[in-house]
Amino acid sequence: MRIQVNGRSVDVIAATLQNLLQELGYENQKVATALNMEFIRDKDRAKTRLSEGDMVEIVTPRQGG
Amino acid sequence: MTSQAPLCLYGSQFQSRLLLGTARYPSPAVLADSIRASGCEIVTVSLRREAGGGRAGESFWRFIRDLGVKVLPNTAGCLTAKEAITTAQMAREVFATNWIKLEVIGDEDTLQPDVFALVDAARTLSREGFEVLPYTTDDLVVADKLLDVGCQVLMPWAAPIGSGRGVNNLYALRALRARFPQTPLIIDAGLGAPSHAAAVMELGYDGVLLNTAVARAGDPSAMARAFSLGIEAGRAAFFAKIITPRDMAEPSTPALGRPFDRLA
Repeated sequence: MRIQVNGRSVDVIAATLQNLLQELGYENQKVATALNMEFIRDKDRAKTRLSEGDMVEIVTPRQGG
Repeated sequence: MTSQAPLCLYGSQFQSRLLLGTARYPSPAVLADSIRASGCEIVTVSLRREAGGGRAGESFWRFIRDLGVKVLPNTAGCLTAKEAITTAQMAREVFATNWIKLEVIGDEDTLQPDVFALVDAARTLSREGFEVLPYTTDDLVVADKLLDVGCQVLMPWAAPIGSGRGVNNLYALRALRARFPQTPLIIDAGLGAPSHAAAVMELGYDGVLLNTAVARAGDPSAMARAFSLGIEAGRAAFFAKIITPRDMAEPSTPALGRPFDRLA
């Protein structure tokens, strides 16, 4: 399945957002997620299913002004 | 109220009236030194994309947490209310705080806020329990709308972000202060020198948020300290009541009894 992750097009096998984080190496990282512009809580990732063309954002803490 | 009263934001009290951004410093050590040297108790942070397996975010978060300061996440760079709302929701989960420095940028050259989207986003976030600190312009009516939708703090700009210009519109800032005497007002953006910070504190502003002016200074920690002194001096001066300027001279030494005076 082809989806967008952080603005890049990628082919993935994950069926859920939780599986996507594992597949892409985010496991045990402090991240927040959004799917198609909607915030997805940590506890909802396992039940959030992905579809072709979805846009996923995965972000972490960073310096800011 | 005295010049020593703590800064009160959404029920939390702070001795320092300086808020610092955490970006653009030469190193994390210099950032930490700047926070310590200034006595700053609130720092701003952001959320950014990171590749899987990266550890920059994790390591930055540990570093900030160990400093023991209050964290104020921002929505920097967001161009729509929707982007800002979703970013705020993500920030609340990651940083475990209801505080959000709400930014919705409307013009990429000046980084001027889109105040219409800002009010929309502030309304939604306030309803969701966020404690919103909006980065806004010096527009009086926008300020009023932001308070109407639930903001209890306002953060007007003095000049464009990172410009170091100081106060562009003294009249507007003075009008905001007069119109909202009970609302905490923090100058966010555009200051370059400690004298700029002193000037806004002399107007009765409650605090100053800085990033570039400190981070890009020749000696950031010394500049952070200088800003905190400027803020303290300006606040003390506000409470001490500054004299009214006049156009003509007025001798400070008594004229009466001047030697060689020709008495009539």
